[in-house]
Amino acid sequence: MKKGNTLFFKTRPRVRSYAAICGSKEKEGVIGNYADITLSDDMYGESTYEKAECKMLSGAISLAVEKGGLTDCDIDAMLSGDLLNQIISASFAARDFEFPFLGLYSACSTMSESMLLSAALVDSGFACNCVAATGSHFASAERQYRYPLELGCTRPPQSQWTVTGAGACVISDAVGKIAITSATLGRVRDWGVTDVNNMGAAMAPAAADTIMRHFKDTGTKPEDYDMIITGDLGALGSRILKDLMWEKSYDISSNHVDCGEIIYKVIEDEFQGGSGAGCSAVVMNSYVFTKMNAGLYKKVLFAATGALLSTVSSGQGESIPCISHAVELESLAAGAQ
Amino acid sequence: MTGKNAQNCNNNYLKYVRALDPPTKHFKNCLAAFGVGGLICTIGQFLRYMLEYAGLSGDELAGTVSVILIFFGCLLTGFGVYDRIGRHAGAGSIVPITGFANSVTSPAIEFRTEGYIYGTAAKMFNVAGAIIVYGVFSGVIVGIIYYFL
Repeated sequence: MKKGNTLFFKTRPRVRSYAAICGSKEKEGVIGNYADITLSDDMYGESTYEKAECKMLSGAISLAVEKGGLTDCDIDAMLSGDLLNQIISASFAARDFEFPFLGLYSACSTMSESMLLSAALVDSGFACNCVAATGSHFASAERQYRYPLELGCTRPPQSQWTVTGAGACVISDAVGKIAITSATLGRVRDWGVTDVNNMGAAMAPAAADTIMRHFKDTGTKPEDYDMIITGDLGALGSRILKDLMWEKSYDISSNHVDCGEIIYKVIEDEFQGGSGAGCSAVVMNSYVFTKMNAGLYKKVLFAATGALLSTVSSGQGESIPCISHAVELESLAAGAQ
Repeated sequence: MTGKNAQNCNNNYLKYVRALDPPTKHFKNCLAAFGVGGLICTIGQFLRYMLEYAGLSGDELAGTVSVILIFFGCLLTGFGVYDRIGRHAGAGSIVPITGFANSVTSPAIEFRTEGYIYGTAAKMFNVAGAIIVYGVFSGVIVGIIYYFL
């Protein structure tokens, strides 16, 4: 069923299992106790950062499949993407598996897009088990989008820190305590922000647009949700999102959480918080799903945001088009109030 | 929304975003730049006196001081220390010759994984290329002005 751009899933696909791998800096934060594996060194025993990112992603996927009590042949498709050119981490990680691969690029909103599409595949009956996964690595993202690691330059105060980590979950037709009830497809919004260091401000309008359309289509109010989670708006972007929603008379200040804002324990070099595809993937697939499985959060709206820019477009002075996809999750655990 | 409407709307939004921007700490940055930059220059001057004492002079002296500073700039970059200094030094560690050394060495290390020829050698001047081009260009301009004066 569909209303506006919101898909309502009849069979309510479940999150069967999930896994997350994060770096040492992320371990110190809120997700430290919930992530399955934490890296002792950024290289993860590989010779390059790109290989390390690929290994993280592949590790998260195989762990998620294993935790769901499944094997490679039970999985019907893997939907994944990452931040690197030609999504090499995802497609290289797919070499390790026997199941089909669908590559996605939606920048930092890849986690919600892959969950949305997996749920749609499962709900329509074309698949029984789908893997949704994504990840990012600070060093490889820095190399592609910014400067060499060792270059001694000052970071501007609006900037964010790309999260080192990967997360994967298996979306299944029956088993699991977390149900995906509906999802809203994002529209690309561009309000003319050209500053590549201020992603929060660029992405906030896209998040606001998607979340408001979700409220409208589903007939819900912000108070109906235990948490409204955005991906990587950072502290500044979250503030802007709340303002934008407030203008349209939606008050999300009490239950809005931004993965980027909460992921790091001490905000120091990270300034506005974490960013990157791995940011929301790690937080959702460790902390949030664990809490939902235990029934602590009943209803959660997850809207990851992505900035669809490249170094070429920003070099040519283009503004930053952004997107956000929303997925509504409901806990079926007994402990839920 | 398209055309002029969108433009107006965007301008309002951008104005609002700019108002929220956390301010760059200019005073603190300037102070740090003065301190760190000054320190590097003082070290250079100290080296100069020492070498002069050892019997060097003229071009030989200036060259040796630069080479020593460049060497330590590269060494600290290799050890992963220079970027940490740079993060807190404002522009103090970028402007002296050690900063230039850092901007050549850091891409050389970074792109080492793509091979010695197409990685290290080809991308070595990724950052420093701009400095060289405009450095030489402004040198030419100043030279021409100097010629006519």
